[in-house]
Amino acid sequence: MAVPATRPALPTDPLPGGAKWLRTARDAAAGRLAAMGLPQPRDEYWKFTRPDSLTQADVPAAALFDPREAPVFGEVDRIRLVFVDGVFAPDQSDDPAGENLEIARLAEIAETDIHWAAGLFGRLEADGHSPVARPLAALNTARASDGVAIRATGPVAKPVSLIYLHKSETSDAILHHLVKVEDGASLTLLENGPAAARFNKCMEVELGDGAAFNHVRAQGRDHERRAVTHAFARLGQGASYKSFTLTANGRLTRNEQVITLAGAGATAHVAGAALGDGAFHQDDTVFVHHAAPDCESRQVFKKVLRNGATGVFQGKILVDSVAQRTDGYQIAQALLLDGDSQFLVKPELEIYADDVKCSHGSTSGGVDVDARFYLMSRGIPRAEAEDLLVLSFLAEAIAEIEDATLAAEIHSRLAAWLERHRSGRR
Amino acid sequence: MTTVETEIREGVDRETVETVQSVGERYKHGWSTDIEMEFAPKGLNPDIVRLISDKNGEPGWMTEWRLAAYERWTGMREPEWAMVNYPPVDYQEQYYYAKPKSMMERPKSLDEVDPKLLETYAKLGIPLKEQMILAGVEGAEAAPAEGRKVAVDAVFDSVSVGTTFQAELAKAGVIFCSISEAVRDHPDLVRKYLGSVVPPTDNYFATLNSAVFSDGSFVYVPPGVRCPMELSTYFRINAENTGQFERTLIIADKGSYVSYLEGCTAPQRDTHQLHAAVVELIAEEDAEIKYSTVQNWYPGDENGVGGIYNFVTKRADCRGDRSKVMWTQVETGSAVTWKYPSCILRGNESQGEFYSIAITNNWQQADTGTKMVHLGRNTRSRIVSKGISAGHAQNTYRGLVSMHPRAQGGRNYTQCDSLLIGDKCGAHTVPYIEVKNNSSRVEHEATTSKVDDDQLFYCRSRGMDEEEAVALVVNGFCKEVLQALPMEFAMEAQQLVAISLEGSVG
Repeated sequence: MAVPATRPALPTDPLPGGAKWLRTARDAAAGRLAAMGLPQPRDEYWKFTRPDSLTQADVPAAALFDPREAPVFGEVDRIRLVFVDGVFAPDQSDDPAGENLEIARLAEIAETDIHWAAGLFGRLEADGHSPVARPLAALNTARASDGVAIRATGPVAKPVSLIYLHKSETSDAILHHLVKVEDGASLTLLENGPAAARFNKCMEVELGDGAAFNHVRAQGRDHERRAVTHAFARLGQGASYKSFTLTANGRLTRNEQVITLAGAGATAHVAGAALGDGAFHQDDTVFVHHAAPDCESRQVFKKVLRNGATGVFQGKILVDSVAQRTDGYQIAQALLLDGDSQFLVKPELEIYADDVKCSHGSTSGGVDVDARFYLMSRGIPRAEAEDLLVLSFLAEAIAEIEDATLAAEIHSRLAAWLERHRSGRR
Repeated sequence: MTTVETEIREGVDRETVETVQSVGERYKHGWSTDIEMEFAPKGLNPDIVRLISDKNGEPGWMTEWRLAAYERWTGMREPEWAMVNYPPVDYQEQYYYAKPKSMMERPKSLDEVDPKLLETYAKLGIPLKEQMILAGVEGAEAAPAEGRKVAVDAVFDSVSVGTTFQAELAKAGVIFCSISEAVRDHPDLVRKYLGSVVPPTDNYFATLNSAVFSDGSFVYVPPGVRCPMELSTYFRINAENTGQFERTLIIADKGSYVSYLEGCTAPQRDTHQLHAAVVELIAEEDAEIKYSTVQNWYPGDENGVGGIYNFVTKRADCRGDRSKVMWTQVETGSAVTWKYPSCILRGNESQGEFYSIAITNNWQQADTGTKMVHLGRNTRSRIVSKGISAGHAQNTYRGLVSMHPRAQGGRNYTQCDSLLIGDKCGAHTVPYIEVKNNSSRVEHEATTSKVDDDQLFYCRSRGMDEEEAVALVVNGFCKEVLQALPMEFAMEAQQLVAISLEGSVG
C-alpha cells in the first residue's frame, strides 16, 4: 500500500553514459525500481525496519567517529582497495594484481564494450526479486557509479580487502561490486569500515562448479551511519559460499543476502554477530533458495543488545521440489542485556520437497543468572563474567569463520567492544 | 479422577469409537438433508443485514451494530497475505441466511423440531444420544443419556436448532444457548462482551461476520462454577451456496472452568461454500477455558473440486490474573483454511496454550497458527503445531509471539513440526517473534521432515499395509496434540487422521 512519503525521495533515474551493456543494465534496473517503488513503512517486508532514512533525498548527517584502535584485519597480508566516502582512492590502495586474479574498477570498465563483468552486472540482482522485491538493490544497479569487479581464475593466495573510509558527514555512497569465482577457483574477500553517512552496497557473486568463496566483513563502528547492503550469490555444482558479518553499532544497518544453490551438492553458510548499544537498529534478512538436490545451508545469527538497541532477523529457506536431500539449518538468537532492547524475528521455511531435513530455531532472553553466579563464585568479577557469557553465546557464529586468524581477529574485536561498553562507555 | 467419572469416560469412548468405526467412506459427512429451507435473497446489502437481525428478533442496538460492521466491510479489502490461492469469492452470489422452514416459528419446545433435522443429527454421528432430549421428551434431561453428559448446541446452516441439558446447566448457573437467544434473554451480558475481543473492525472476515452472523453459541459460566459437563456445538452447512457465519461467545467469570468442544461438517458439493466464523473467549480472574475443535468440513474431492472456504477469527482474552485458555484444534477438512486461534495474555500470570494438528491432502490448503500476545507479567504460553501435508496440498504454520515491554518474566515455548508425504506438496513455516524485554524467554523450534522409512519398514514387516503404517506413524507424530484433546474427541480425531490421509500413499 502506498503511503505518501513525508520527505522527498532520493533520485531513482538511471545514471547516464557508459557502454551499451551498462546502459542496458541500468535502464532495466530503473524500470524494475519504477515498477516496484521504493520501500514503504507499511510494506510487510519492512515490518521491523523503517526504510525512510534510506530512501529520503537528504542524507541524515553522521558525525565522524574515530574508533582510536588498530584497523580491523590490519595484521592480515592482503590486497587493500580503499574507498573514501564511496569513491575509490588509488593512492591509498595496493596494486590490484595477483596470481589467478583480475580486478577492475567499475568506473574504469564503464566505457569498455567487452568485459566479463557485462554478463554479471545486474543479472543476479534482477533474479533476486522473488519472493519479495528488493527495490534498494535495483536502485543500486541503476545508480552505482563505482565498485570493483573481481575475478578469480584459480586459487587466489592473498585475500582481497575492501576498506571503506568515512570522511564526510553527509556522504551518500553507492557501490556495486561483482565477484566471479571460476570453476575450481577460490577467493577470500574482506570488507571493513563504515563507508559513508549513508551507504548502499550491492554485491553480485557468481561461483562456478567447485568454486569456493569466503567472505568476512566488519561493518564500521560509527554510531550514526546508515547502511543497506545486498549480496546476491549463485552457486554452481559443489560450490561453497561462506560469509560472516560483524556489525558493531551503527544507527541503522540492513544486510540482505540472497543465495541460490543452483548446482547439486553446493554449500552455503551465512553467519553474523551483531553488537548494539543504544540507538542501534540492525537487520539481517536472508533468503536461501535450494534449487538443486543434495545442497546444504546454514544460517547462524547472534545478536547482543542493550540500551534500547533493536535486532532484527528475517530468514527464509525455500526448497524446490527438485531439491531432494536438502539439509537446511537456521538459528537466530538474541541476548538482551537490559529491559529496553528488542529482538524481532521472522524465520521462515517454505518447502516443496519431501526428502529434506530442515529446521530453524530462535531464542531470546537475558544473561543466564545461574551461569553468571557460578562464574562470580569462582572469583570472576560480575562484568567480566557477563562478557565471558556473551562471548560464549557468540561463539557459534564465530565458529562459522573457517580461517583461524580471521576468527581470532573477530573474537578479539568482540571482546574489546564488550569491555569498552561495560559501564556504558563507548 | 473419581471412579464414577472414569466409567463415564469409558462409556463415551466405546460409543465414539463405534460411531467412527461405522464409517468407512472417505468423507463420511457428505450427504445433504432434503428439507425445505427458507432463504433470504442472494447477495449482501443493508437490507439483508436488517433482515437477518429482524429474523432473529434482535433489539435495535444489535441491528445498528451489524449495520456499522457492514458499512465498514464495504470499504475493506480481502486479505492476500496468506499462502493460499483460490479464485475470488463473489460475495454477492452467496446466501447469507438459510433457515429450515420448519424453524420459521421458533419451536416452543424441542419436540416441534422437524424430524428430518433430527435425522440429520443421527446421520452426523454426533453422540446425540440426547436426541431424546432434542426431541423434547419431558423429563429426559434428568436421565443421563447412557451415562454421557455433553450438552450440545447444534447449528444447522444459519440457525441453532436446539440446545440440550439447558435446564441442568441452569441449575449450576451456567447459561448455554444460541447467541440469538442470548441477545434476547441476556442482552446485558452480550452487550458487555460481544466484540470486546474481536472488534467488528478487526479484519475482513470478522467484519463480514459481525454484519451477517446468524447464530452460534453463547456460554456464560458464573464466578466459581466449574461447568458440570462438557459443552459442545455441532455446526453443519447444508444448503448450497450458503455461507455459514456463526458467532461464538464464551465468558468464564472469576474462578470458573469450562470445556467446550466444536465439531464441523458439510455435505459434498461441487461449488465452494463459505464459512466465516468468529469465536470470542473471555477468561476473567482465575478462570479457565478449554476450547477444542475438530474441523472436518468437506475438503473437496481428489481433483480439488468443491470444499469449504474456512475463514475463521478465533481469539481469547485472558483478562484476569491467573486465567488460562487452551486451544486445541484438529484441522482435517476445508479446501482452504485461514485460521489463527489466539490468546491475549493481559492478566498477570495468565496462560495460553495452542495445540494444533493440521492435515492437508489432495488439493487442500491450510494457513493456520496462533498469536500469543504477552501483555501481563509472568505470562506463559506454549505452542505445539503439527502440520502434515500430502498429495498436492499446501500447509502453512503462521504465528506470532509477542512479548510486550511490560510483560516481565514472560515465557514462551513454540514447537512446529511439519511432515511431508510425497513430493508434490508443500510445508511452510512463517513465525513472527517480537521480544521487547529481557526478562522474558522465548524459544522457537521448527523442523520439517518426511515419514521415516525405517519406521514404515518396521510397521510393514509386522504385517501392516502401507496406508495403515503411515496412519500409525502420523498418529505418533501428532501424539502430543491428540493427548491435549478431551477424551470425547481424542479417539475420533485419531481415526480422522487416518481417514484424511487415505489415498496419500502408494
